[in-house]
Amino acid sequence: MIDYLWVLIVLPVLGAATLIVFGKRIGEPWSGWLASALVGTAFLIAAGLTVPLVTGDGHPETVELFSWIAVLGLDVSLLWDPLAALMTLIVTGVGFLIHVYAVGYMHGDERFGRFFGYMNLFIASMLTLVLASNFVVMFVGWELVGLSSYLLISFWFVRPAAAAAGKKAFIVNRIGDWGFLVALLLIFAAFGTFEFAAVFAEAPTGLTTGMATAITLLLFLGAVGKSAQIPLYVWLPDAMEGPTPVSALIHAATMVTAGIYMIARTAVLFELAPATLTVVATVGAATALFAATLAMGQRDIKRVLAYSTISQLGYMVMAAGVTAFTAGMFHLMTHAFFKALLFLGAGAVIHAVAGEQDMWRMGGLRKVMPITFWTMVVAWLAIAGVVPLSGFWSKDEILAAAFAHGTYFVFLWAIGVVAALLTAFYMTRLMILTFGGEERWPDGVEASGAPPILTVPLVILAVLSATAGIFNTPFRLSLEHFLEPSFEGVTQQQPPEGAIVVALAAVALVVALIGIFWGWARYARKLPVEEGGFWEAAVDGYRIDDRYGRLVVAPGRAMATWAAEILDGRIIDGFVNGVGAGVKSFGDSLSGTQSGWVRWYGAVMAAGALGLLLWLLLSGGLF
Amino acid sequence: MIEVVVFLIFAGVAIAGALVMVMGRNPVHSAVGLLTTMFSIAVFYVLQNAHFVAAVQVVIYAGAVMTLFLFVIMMIGVDKTEDTTEQIPWQRPIAIVVSVGLAAVILIAGSRAWITGRSIFVDGINETIEVVADALFGTWTLAFLSTVFLLTIAAVGTIAMAQYSPRRPEEES
Amino acid sequence: MVTPGWYMALAAVLFSIGGAGVLVRRNALVMFMSIELMLNSVNLTFVAAGTGLGLIEGQTAALFVIVVAAAEVTIGLAILVAVFRGRATANVDELSSLGG
Repeated sequence: MIDYLWVLIVLPVLGAATLIVFGKRIGEPWSGWLASALVGTAFLIAAGLTVPLVTGDGHPETVELFSWIAVLGLDVSLLWDPLAALMTLIVTGVGFLIHVYAVGYMHGDERFGRFFGYMNLFIASMLTLVLASNFVVMFVGWELVGLSSYLLISFWFVRPAAAAAGKKAFIVNRIGDWGFLVALLLIFAAFGTFEFAAVFAEAPTGLTTGMATAITLLLFLGAVGKSAQIPLYVWLPDAMEGPTPVSALIHAATMVTAGIYMIARTAVLFELAPATLTVVATVGAATALFAATLAMGQRDIKRVLAYSTISQLGYMVMAAGVTAFTAGMFHLMTHAFFKALLFLGAGAVIHAVAGEQDMWRMGGLRKVMPITFWTMVVAWLAIAGVVPLSGFWSKDEILAAAFAHGTYFVFLWAIGVVAALLTAFYMTRLMILTFGGEERWPDGVEASGAPPILTVPLVILAVLSATAGIFNTPFRLSLEHFLEPSFEGVTQQQPPEGAIVVALAAVALVVALIGIFWGWARYARKLPVEEGGFWEAAVDGYRIDDRYGRLVVAPGRAMATWAAEILDGRIIDGFVNGVGAGVKSFGDSLSGTQSGWVRWYGAVMAAGALGLLLWLLLSGGLF
Repeated sequence: MIEVVVFLIFAGVAIAGALVMVMGRNPVHSAVGLLTTMFSIAVFYVLQNAHFVAAVQVVIYAGAVMTLFLFVIMMIGVDKTEDTTEQIPWQRPIAIVVSVGLAAVILIAGSRAWITGRSIFVDGINETIEVVADALFGTWTLAFLSTVFLLTIAAVGTIAMAQYSPRRPEEES
Repeated sequence: MVTPGWYMALAAVLFSIGGAGVLVRRNALVMFMSIELMLNSVNLTFVAAGTGLGLIEGQTAALFVIVVAAAEVTIGLAILVAVFRGRATANVDELSSLGG
């Protein structure tokens, strides 16, 4: 049964191929149902394959498919272990719900079929990344996921902003991909193989700290690009140009979490480089806080959620940095639920107010779309970290692990707590501006409730957001126990024992409630004016894009122009043309010998004959 | 002794004739110079007891070939005397180097392996014409008969050449 | 004693004079006559070699050369006449239309 693991990938690949080629002919809504069915089937197969892992009968297995580059000992093979199973279930499960939602959301779009082709392509790529058993197959999935993201962000490419956003996402990701690739080369140089099992087995004894630090820093660079950490986060807010299901699936639940998954997968290597871990934790905490401040000032509902995603990813990265890998994966799972829910709800809201995305022109929607409202309330409380919803458990575990890790990391814990406060605040702001108060949308717009095809996935996700906490609470099921086989040889940071952990949980809860109260106090009655100074800078992303443009893009462009005009135009062309001109002039100079005068030919022939005679005599030993 | 004197005199005559031929401005002068040289060479043939070859040389070479030359000189190219300026660059120097060099090389190379030993007066070659006939009609018959063909073809070719006249554009109507 | 070597030396000198004549003179007829001089010197060499080696083949070779030279002169002069009939001069430098 496990030998058919590749079916998980092949199903969406077939869907992608069929829909990209025949999507127009299949048309609405069957393309969408086909795509959703394929993803749903993949989910069921994955669930079936996970049961042995849960009951303890199964064990991690590698499925070899075929040999790819024999010289490097590189095979295409897949790995099925608890970590991969967890990611697969998240990707296919949440992916299935989002596919169904998208059938309703993308209704009327003229490239409906192709959209679902690209969505299936994304699922296939993500599964390749997650199921890989060696670094190269993972990199193939990594790159394909980037490609799918580009295709889907710029899906409405007729809008110049969408096309530019797709390009920006791809290029910024490239920087991270470079890091990943150099790390790949170093890994091969150090170990001679790409397979996870072999590398992780040999690493503790065979790797110097310096090499481990180099490899892990480069891998982390890849994660920084893919998971939108400082300084490579700038593509994610712009990626909101894509359709909302895309934002939900790729830029909230799955693709951006690939970096976290990768760090968790290569935990063995990271544990050998404590310096890198400190860098990782610091970057994560800083991103969490930085993005939270930016989220406070956004007017566009999707941009708030984008910065919120960056901030929550910062939490997951911080978890990895303090070696609390299980806590990071747990937060990844809960975040997938409530962030997807938030995005899908935002999509329903945008749908209802006929495309308006500025929250200042919404308001009062709770009366019009009650189901959407109540599901989003669940998500809001989950992300703020209110007990007993899932977000409370996962976020709290990360903060507790940070607190327990060491003196420097207590400082990071404090940053995480402040970020949690801001998270609660800006999410409250979002909810009140969108659903509370009076209607502020322009006249003539008929706001209506969302149809069932949109609301059913919302409800399912709400249930999951509320209850997923039981997966890793100290009381019932334990995610940590489930993931144990994947983290063999890795010592993970445990939360502190006893009273400390309860106190930390209380602090987190209190901070969340303060944030909510602050938001309610500020926005519930009269709306404040948010203009000038901080607000303008926040909307502009603190003008980081501008600075990148001046620092990086402009020199790059100047170099490209120099290369095209001077290097290519003058030097290379000059050399090539010079060769041609040289040959021609040499030929011209030789044509003087063809004078047309018979006596000249005779003279040359006689001279040649004399020379030949001399040579024969001399070589015959005349002198 | 007498052969040496004869040889030296006629060697001088031959060389003088050759130089006249090369340097004479008037083509007729050149032809006469060549004629002189041919006669001296005939003398040399006689000195070496090659009487038949000497006769043939005088009759055909000096008699027929040079006469033909004179005819053609009279027909074309006698009125103009060519000017002495050389228009092809390097032609004169190359010519001098080549000819002097060639002579020098041959003389030096030859001096190592001159055919010496026998004097020109060797017994048994007194009646050269019989021996020549023996060789020509005996061993070398095939070559001899080929010359028949050669002369025939030359005659035919010459007649064809004489008939040839380039068609002028105004003749076509 | 006049050995065959002397004749060969003389022939070499005549040959080079003929060669120089071919290269230096512009009149087609004089060029042709220089070639005839070269052929004559070769004939002299043949006969001298024949005498020196005691073979009759030297003289027969000379005879053949004379025959061929006669045929060659015939045709060569015919060609020259054909080429230079239209022109007023016998200058070979005029025939340079194949020059590059």
